[in-house]
Amino acid sequence: MHILFEVFIFPGVLFLFVFGLWAEFFDRRVYARMQNRIGPPWFQPLADIIKLIAKEDLIPEEANVIFFKAAPVFALAAVLAAFVYIPLWSTNAIASFYGDIIVVLYLLTLPTIAIFLGGWYSTSLFARIGSVRNVTQFFAYEVPLLMGMLAPTLLANTWSFSELTAYYHAHPQYTLINLIAFVVCLISLQGKLEKAPFDIPEAETEIVAGGFTEYSGRLFAMLRLALDIEMVVGASLIAAVFLPFGFGLGPVAGFAVYMAKVISIVFLLSVGRTIFARMRMDQMIAFCWQYLVPLSMFQIILNLVLKGFLS
Amino acid sequence: MPEMNSGEFKIPIGPQHPALKEPTSFSVALKGEKIMGVDVRLGYNHRGIEKACEERTYIQDVYLIERICGICSHSHSTAFVQAVEEIAGLEVPKRAKYIRMIIGELERIHSHLLWLGVAGHEIGFDTLLMYTWRDREIAMDILAEITGNRVNYGMNTIGGVRRDITAAQAKEVMEALKPLEERTKYYIDIATQEPTIVERLSGVGYVSKEDTIKLGAVGPTARASGVARDIRRDDPYSAYDEIPFNVITDDHCDVYGRAVVRLKELMETYKMISYGVMNLPEGPISVRAPRKIPAGEAISRYEAPRGEDFHYVKSNGSDHPERVKVRAPTLANVQCVKKMLENRYLADLPIVVAAIDPCFSCTDRLIEVKDVDKKSSDVIEWNDLTRYSIDWYRDRGIDMTKVGGLK
Amino acid sequence: MLIEVLENLFKKPITITYPIKKEAMPKGYRGKLKFFPEKCIGCKLCMKDCPANAITINMTADGKYEAILDMGKCIYCGQCVDSCAKKALELTDEFDLAQTDNKKLTVDIHAEPEKKP
Repeated sequence: MHILFEVFIFPGVLFLFVFGLWAEFFDRRVYARMQNRIGPPWFQPLADIIKLIAKEDLIPEEANVIFFKAAPVFALAAVLAAFVYIPLWSTNAIASFYGDIIVVLYLLTLPTIAIFLGGWYSTSLFARIGSVRNVTQFFAYEVPLLMGMLAPTLLANTWSFSELTAYYHAHPQYTLINLIAFVVCLISLQGKLEKAPFDIPEAETEIVAGGFTEYSGRLFAMLRLALDIEMVVGASLIAAVFLPFGFGLGPVAGFAVYMAKVISIVFLLSVGRTIFARMRMDQMIAFCWQYLVPLSMFQIILNLVLKGFLS
Repeated sequence: MPEMNSGEFKIPIGPQHPALKEPTSFSVALKGEKIMGVDVRLGYNHRGIEKACEERTYIQDVYLIERICGICSHSHSTAFVQAVEEIAGLEVPKRAKYIRMIIGELERIHSHLLWLGVAGHEIGFDTLLMYTWRDREIAMDILAEITGNRVNYGMNTIGGVRRDITAAQAKEVMEALKPLEERTKYYIDIATQEPTIVERLSGVGYVSKEDTIKLGAVGPTARASGVARDIRRDDPYSAYDEIPFNVITDDHCDVYGRAVVRLKELMETYKMISYGVMNLPEGPISVRAPRKIPAGEAISRYEAPRGEDFHYVKSNGSDHPERVKVRAPTLANVQCVKKMLENRYLADLPIVVAAIDPCFSCTDRLIEVKDVDKKSSDVIEWNDLTRYSIDWYRDRGIDMTKVGGLK
Repeated sequence: MLIEVLENLFKKPITITYPIKKEAMPKGYRGKLKFFPEKCIGCKLCMKDCPANAITINMTADGKYEAILDMGKCIYCGQCVDSCAKKALELTDEFDLAQTDNKKLTVDIHAEPEKKP
């Protein structure tokens, strides 16, 4: 009973919906203020979702209806499921088992694949180009993200999320060792969320809206909700792995520390969105493989060497 | 999905597309992300302005020609009025020439800042768009103060200008130039030093100097390839023969060069406006122009923000012109787009098109239609064209005679 | 760029919250036309010179003139103001001229009927 409440109400599905929409408002407001504009009011993302649900779903004639309709559902379900295993304000997540780090990272790749399939089976030219770009970009950011996430687990010698945060909670000085991986993971998260400078699959001035071109109505509302929640889940993931403090402070103070951590990461992502132009696909792949991958490999080797010293 | 050769397919950029501010059709053949070929089609903005000019008097035409384009409206208006004044043999007073020059240069400021914002938007850098359009408001407010409107200024009349610049307005102009200069220096810094911008703009849209001359490019597009063509120096009109300025060229031959040329031109413009406002000669602001212009023809060239604007006016002694022909700079520059997009990526297409600063509202005028089989060109009368279109649609099962007015 | 962007975060936005706040237009702005019937002599030069045929001058029953302005056709160039020899036309700075009813765009300006003593 208790676990049902945790999964569906707080801090599960309902909390994620509210927090995801609020995080989108925060992102858009900060983005606008940095450009000297006013920005949307706090209820704007909610109003967008309500408006979209009220509109008609238009499905192209040649599209594969099953895949087209299933893609947003899968994307939303995957990010909601991934949140269950991430520790938030105590070292115990809602559920945990040995190896759940791999499951969480795998679940977070599902939205990309789902959007690729949805865009490909839309059969519109712009959607196909956008979905192919989606997968190409996937090969660029996923490897540094995985390797960056791997490095702290090597030092902590565990494959379970809850044990990982418990280890770093017990030895806070070791978090400083993971600084390089922190930076690499932040940049890769910007790529995963497809925000500037990595918003190539959704380049409005080149391919209209990429994989999302043919989506409208309730399916588009689900996709937008999935993307907002992906931002919150990604930020929580990075906060749990690289900023493991404030875990033993009890429910209220711990919740406040958790919110502060996630909002700071969202703020950094917004600043990144404001000060960079969009890169081209070949430039992005070159950047990721020439800089991010060697850095994360260096971090892994460093952690392995240190593990040898510590044991 | 239409397939061309193996793996190649055509995507339509336009006529409706978020990258284009005005309708044009670029039919791009793509293989993966690489562009294999581009087909350019114009004509979506044709409004019949040249024909409409023949139905109105000269004084009404000044306002019609001004509304060919919103951004370069003063350019078209001045070029037309200069041609008419040349036919009528009117001597425009010096103060009017200086005022025309000041308004023209203020227009150049707002056009180049608008271009910088649009270029930022095309490469996904919305912050640059917001900042440049915020600073452009300073120029728009000054123009509203002097001329009474933010676009379509209505300053020109045949024989001079309609409004004067008072001493208080002159002081406001000098005050407004200070923040504009500071912000332009900041934009020059960003454009040359921000890594993402430099990466996106360098090497893109390369046209060599020989090709630029061969394809007939004008304006900043040509000047960025080292071709020093500037009508203000080559064929001075208005007050440009008395004002010291430099013609800015650059050797990069790509989009980065075009950005640098436009930004440095802005710095020159500020100096020109200061000189003009400080040295405004005294005197009348217009001479009386006759309603009926004697028979004759004249051409007039003007350096619009986009390049060389060319007007031809033919009069026959009445108060309606006989023929008005306008050749906008974008028509000369759009020939280069095909060359610029050879072997580039799809992601470069919006910025390459934006770099020639297209204004298709200016461009779509009457061009000769050649029948390929007959190897000669015909002139079709209006009634014959109506008849032809009715028959063409009737062959396809649509009856156009029910549409009002057609017989 | 980063410093500039972070500075702007704490500055006031420059957006004007129209229609709550409306900025005044400068003097000499070319807005809605104003007609003085008592000065008009009916020469119709303004009608001849209007590029958009937006103004029509008629003589009313009591020998005065009225102007029918079509604000939808008017291009706010002010040529009629320049052409009028008696300065019977003037441009105000009113620019909020949108209407939902097409008929309200045409404005009829008469002279005031003379008061019988």
